[in-house]
Amino acid sequence: MVVRAGIVRVFIGAVIVGAIVALGAVWYVRGPDPLAFTGGKSVALADYKDGDPTGVPTSMRQASLLERGRYLTEAADCGVCHTAPGGKEYAGGFAFKMPFGTMYSTNITPDKETGIGKYTDQEFLDAMHRGIRRDGARLYPAMPYTSYAYITDADALAIKAYLFSLASVRAVPPENTLMFPFNQRWAMAFWSLVFNRDTRFRPDPSQSLKWNRGAYLAEALAHCGECHTPRNIGFALNNREKFAGAPVGGWRAFNISPDKATGLGGWSDEDIASYLSLGHAPGHGTASGAMGEAVDHSFSKMTQADIEAMVAFVRSVPPSTTPDFALRSAPAPASHKDGVAANLLGKKIFEGACASCHGWTGESAVSPFATLTGSAAINDPSATNVAQIVIGGTRRLTPARALSMPSFGHVLSDDEIAAVSNYVTARFGAKGSSLTARDVANMRAQVSD
Amino acid sequence: MATTLTINGQERSFDAPPEMPLLWVLRDILGLTGTKFGCGMAQCGACTVHVDGKPVRSCVLPVGNLQSRTITTIEGIGATPVGAGVQKAWLDLEVVQCGYCQSGQIMSAAALLASTPDPDDSDIDAAMAGNICRCGTYVRIRAAIKQAAATQKS
Amino acid sequence: MTITAEVPEISRRRILGGALATGLVLAFHLPLGAARPPQTKDPAAGKFAPNAYIRIDESDQITLIMPQVEMGQGIYTGVATILAEELDADLTQVVLQHAPPEEKLYANPSFGIQATGGSTSVRAFWTPLRKAGAAARAMLIKAAADQWQVAPASCSAALGTVLHIESGRRLRYGELVDPASKLSAPSDIPLKDPKNFVLIGKPLKRLDTPDKVNGKVIYGIDAMMPGLKFATLAQCPVFGGKVADVEDHAAMQIPGVRQIVVLDDLVAVIADDTWTAKRGLEALKITWNEGKNANVSSKDIWDHLRAASEIEGVVAKSVGDVADALHLGETYEASYEMPFLAHATMEPLNCTVHVTPSFCNVWVGTQIIARAQSVAARAAGLPEDKVTIHQHLLGGGFGRRLEVDMIATAVRIGSKVDGPVKITWMREEDIQHDIYRPVYRDTISARLSGDKVIAFKYRVAGSSVIARWLPPAVQQGIDNDAVDSAADTPYDIPNFQVEYVRVEPPAVPTGFWRGVGPNNNVFAIESFMDELARKANKDPIAFRRDMLGKTPRIQHVLDLVAEKSNWGQPLPRRVGRGVSVQPTFNTSIATVVEAEVDSGGDVYIRQVTLAVDCGLAINPDTVVAQIEGGMIFGLTAALYGEITLEKGRVQQSNFHDYRVLRIDQIPKIDIHLVKSGEAPGGIGEASVIGGPPALRNAIYAATGVALRRLPIDRGLIAEKKSWL
Repeated sequence: MVVRAGIVRVFIGAVIVGAIVALGAVWYVRGPDPLAFTGGKSVALADYKDGDPTGVPTSMRQASLLERGRYLTEAADCGVCHTAPGGKEYAGGFAFKMPFGTMYSTNITPDKETGIGKYTDQEFLDAMHRGIRRDGARLYPAMPYTSYAYITDADALAIKAYLFSLASVRAVPPENTLMFPFNQRWAMAFWSLVFNRDTRFRPDPSQSLKWNRGAYLAEALAHCGECHTPRNIGFALNNREKFAGAPVGGWRAFNISPDKATGLGGWSDEDIASYLSLGHAPGHGTASGAMGEAVDHSFSKMTQADIEAMVAFVRSVPPSTTPDFALRSAPAPASHKDGVAANLLGKKIFEGACASCHGWTGESAVSPFATLTGSAAINDPSATNVAQIVIGGTRRLTPARALSMPSFGHVLSDDEIAAVSNYVTARFGAKGSSLTARDVANMRAQVSD
Repeated sequence: MATTLTINGQERSFDAPPEMPLLWVLRDILGLTGTKFGCGMAQCGACTVHVDGKPVRSCVLPVGNLQSRTITTIEGIGATPVGAGVQKAWLDLEVVQCGYCQSGQIMSAAALLASTPDPDDSDIDAAMAGNICRCGTYVRIRAAIKQAAATQKS
Repeated sequence: MTITAEVPEISRRRILGGALATGLVLAFHLPLGAARPPQTKDPAAGKFAPNAYIRIDESDQITLIMPQVEMGQGIYTGVATILAEELDADLTQVVLQHAPPEEKLYANPSFGIQATGGSTSVRAFWTPLRKAGAAARAMLIKAAADQWQVAPASCSAALGTVLHIESGRRLRYGELVDPASKLSAPSDIPLKDPKNFVLIGKPLKRLDTPDKVNGKVIYGIDAMMPGLKFATLAQCPVFGGKVADVEDHAAMQIPGVRQIVVLDDLVAVIADDTWTAKRGLEALKITWNEGKNANVSSKDIWDHLRAASEIEGVVAKSVGDVADALHLGETYEASYEMPFLAHATMEPLNCTVHVTPSFCNVWVGTQIIARAQSVAARAAGLPEDKVTIHQHLLGGGFGRRLEVDMIATAVRIGSKVDGPVKITWMREEDIQHDIYRPVYRDTISARLSGDKVIAFKYRVAGSSVIARWLPPAVQQGIDNDAVDSAADTPYDIPNFQVEYVRVEPPAVPTGFWRGVGPNNNVFAIESFMDELARKANKDPIAFRRDMLGKTPRIQHVLDLVAEKSNWGQPLPRRVGRGVSVQPTFNTSIATVVEAEVDSGGDVYIRQVTLAVDCGLAINPDTVVAQIEGGMIFGLTAALYGEITLEKGRVQQSNFHDYRVLRIDQIPKIDIHLVKSGEAPGGIGEASVIGGPPALRNAIYAATGVALRRLPIDRGLIAEKKSWL
């Protein structure tokens, strides 16, 4: 009996220790919150005395609820994820391809059967802040509700008002095709318990109104970290490496921390502002992929003051270094003969399909949007975004003179895409990539057609 | 927007939005139809013109990006010694078939010879691979460039 | 020498007229068809007889009304050369004028309609042009002899002048127009002995080139006129779909957008320039009723074709007893598949129209002008004589401009527009609304006896272009184009049968594409011959040669190409040579392609060697140019060409995804023309056909991978790495 009691005690002890270790591990993995880096105190919004960093820009305070809702909806970039390629706006069906299956975004038009037409205000807030659907089911964090949790109730309801003013579209997205255990929605309740702090934005009284406005825009609405901050083993943001860059959906979101060599440290404020509002900054390349869409549908619609506020905020986070990244900002030689020697296949593809716009120096004679020199993608030795751009092209809607690039994915073989990616990163970047056909096949698998 | 450009040595004024590609200004507004529309995305080279002597695809070149630069089109390239030499080589070797792409081919070739008077095969590849010819006159294009280069030297 | 086109007012080009509008003319027509008009002279009016083919005026100018269109193949020069040769004229005297639509006068004898296609131009016009030239020359000599009161036989003609040999007296043709026009045309004038040709067979300069190197040439897309508006269009992306709704508010806000034309199947934006029209089109929100083809995909089309190709077809050719012979022993079978192809002419589809209640003017480059006129008349609701077609040089045809859909579409749009409007198809619209080279599936069964083929059964399954385009030409269910170069195979096989199964693909319109039916048949048959040669353990050339005893011209080009290509000489690893022979368009060609394959499956063509017997070459330099260009056209298709469908939509759209060979991929092309006095054969299309099977056979030789479908599947080559 004694022996048995001893075993029980040891067992209970082990469970307690295990639980403490587990909680500690969870606490560790959960990490700091997105604004913890300031080390400053935060106060409730009502207690912040320098002004209101939330809501629409001051210039729009008198605008109608729908106009304010529209600004906020665009700032939160809802449309990009809730619109399928070629589909009706906000009607959902956009595919998120992941290694464990594909998820599809939902219809957020006010259709009562297939959209969000029956959501009450509280139900809408539950979805935005807590990831809980009207029927009580849990949303996957592909919906960035851990970021949206920062949005004030008033702003969230303005967004709702705007969405409810849209035309109803009857559309049901395809069924998710997630494999076990990811298809267990209920498990997301535990995920939320750990990773969703569910707290509204709290200004930092030690910072300016501009900074706080930028923090609200970047963290609550634009949800920059969802792509640019690496994820931990729980698929939540690891804010210990805030804005350090991360792989996302087969692309690479680059380091936007102020690190001099591998982040935005070398960019002027004007450069960052230009990149956000135009999708392009001289000497730093052109936004494409999801960032291009964010510019077209979100940042380009924001006021200059809001853009500058975000610049101020982004500049304030601690620098993180991307180990494999180096930046070359000088153009390539004018002659095709100088520079990269080997890789004839890549050169052939470049001279036929690419040189007309990008030029042999990488400085486009056609448009600054086509200049490769200095862009992060061309300097990324993984060539992830270069290959994705070759596969899928770019399609920029703003500004009027932006240039798009056609997609070559249907005609170039994996071998050819690898070759041309390796050629251009070697010719125009700091360090060439060494993609193989297999790498390209893997990249293709991670994006929707 | 009222714009003035120097085209083939003449000042030409026109009214066009700054984002309009030069190609359509040339063809539809100024009636210079020698520059051809082929693809609209810089994949075929039929629309090649010179901007300050450099070959550029006019179908993707917003006219507002040009400011005060000098434009040469196929209608004007014969006034330059290199251009005239290229045209002559094209005739001597009977390069042309349907001819639709040849404005662009000649403009690309003239730019090549202006910067590289004695091009080898890889120079020709690098300068001319952006110009598509569906009739398949490539063999003669290469030969004509070499002939024009040889003539230019002598 | 000048080519005159009916060109718009602002053109810098000289318009035929001024120099010829006065004085006498001697006019001839070509004896092409039954409706032969009388020889015409109309000095009183000082105008030309409108129904004449050839006119000579007092200024020595010889005008040839050119029924065939120039689309790069050099036919203007070729036809002018034939005429000038028999007329003993100087080529610089000849002026070409595009023929107006008039089927009775200008029908192509090969089709009975006024069309340029099928590599028929030289073949069809060779004899009539020579006869007309010879008759005219005889009349001019007679007129001079009468004036000098000498025997015609004592006179000769050269460079547009009649010479009395003894006295040295001379008269220019222009001086003889009046008396000659009073003579009646002689018949049965002997034609020149080819050994006396001074123009034919020489590499003369092309007549259309000078204006093509300086930007002066006017294609249909360059038509300009006062008050012209510019348009572009969107047709339903799903074949056969209709417009459901158009929201045009944003488009109409764009400065320069003038009008939105909504028809049942398309929407066009009319603007001050093409780019603004394009922006306007992009700003429209168009909802389509996609109709019954909304879910058609390439897979459906192939399933349908594969199933249909299993059934027996109409027998187009039968020798011996193939069924019996196949039953006697082991048979080999294979099926070959060919994809849809777009034409992708460098000049995108376009058409300029001015439609009013009383007339319709059309500016276009077309391979089929009379049909263009009748379709425009129908679309405009006007009688044909109220429709004027202004013909232009073509920026590529390849068969696309044998269709008139773009003209009907333009007139339908133009009917809603006040004043002239130029409609330009954006490249995407051009590729996604082409009339495509059909998909084919060819099934072959054969039996060998030793190293000889003794039974060969060939079944073609595919769309009948002829049945739509020229229905009377289909007799007893046989489409001669679909079985061309199969039914008339050069191989001497004792038991031989060719069948045709007509299978029309769902949704996709099909049409002629440079090289037409033989592209498919030569690819399948020549690919299979290589597979049979391997079964017989015999060299592919030797294997073929033994069966070509009855076609010595083909046997000869095969021997020649073997010699010139270094056939049989050792090659590095991963490099192979492949051969093909073809009897197409009355031209015998043997082709050897030498190609290298890398571990990624990429294919590099190192060298192409051809031996060609096209009979008498009117202009050997043009023949060589056509062979070079046609080879590249065919190899482009072999390597990359395929149009696919998903949800009823064509997935390719522009040159980034409908890939073509570029200058840095072009092999050395070594061409050996056989000197021949035989009647000229076609070359513009024959040159397209042999490259793809020879390339396929080169890959087979290099890797052992037996590709049975085009385009070449680089993934499949990479996957079957056993050859590495």
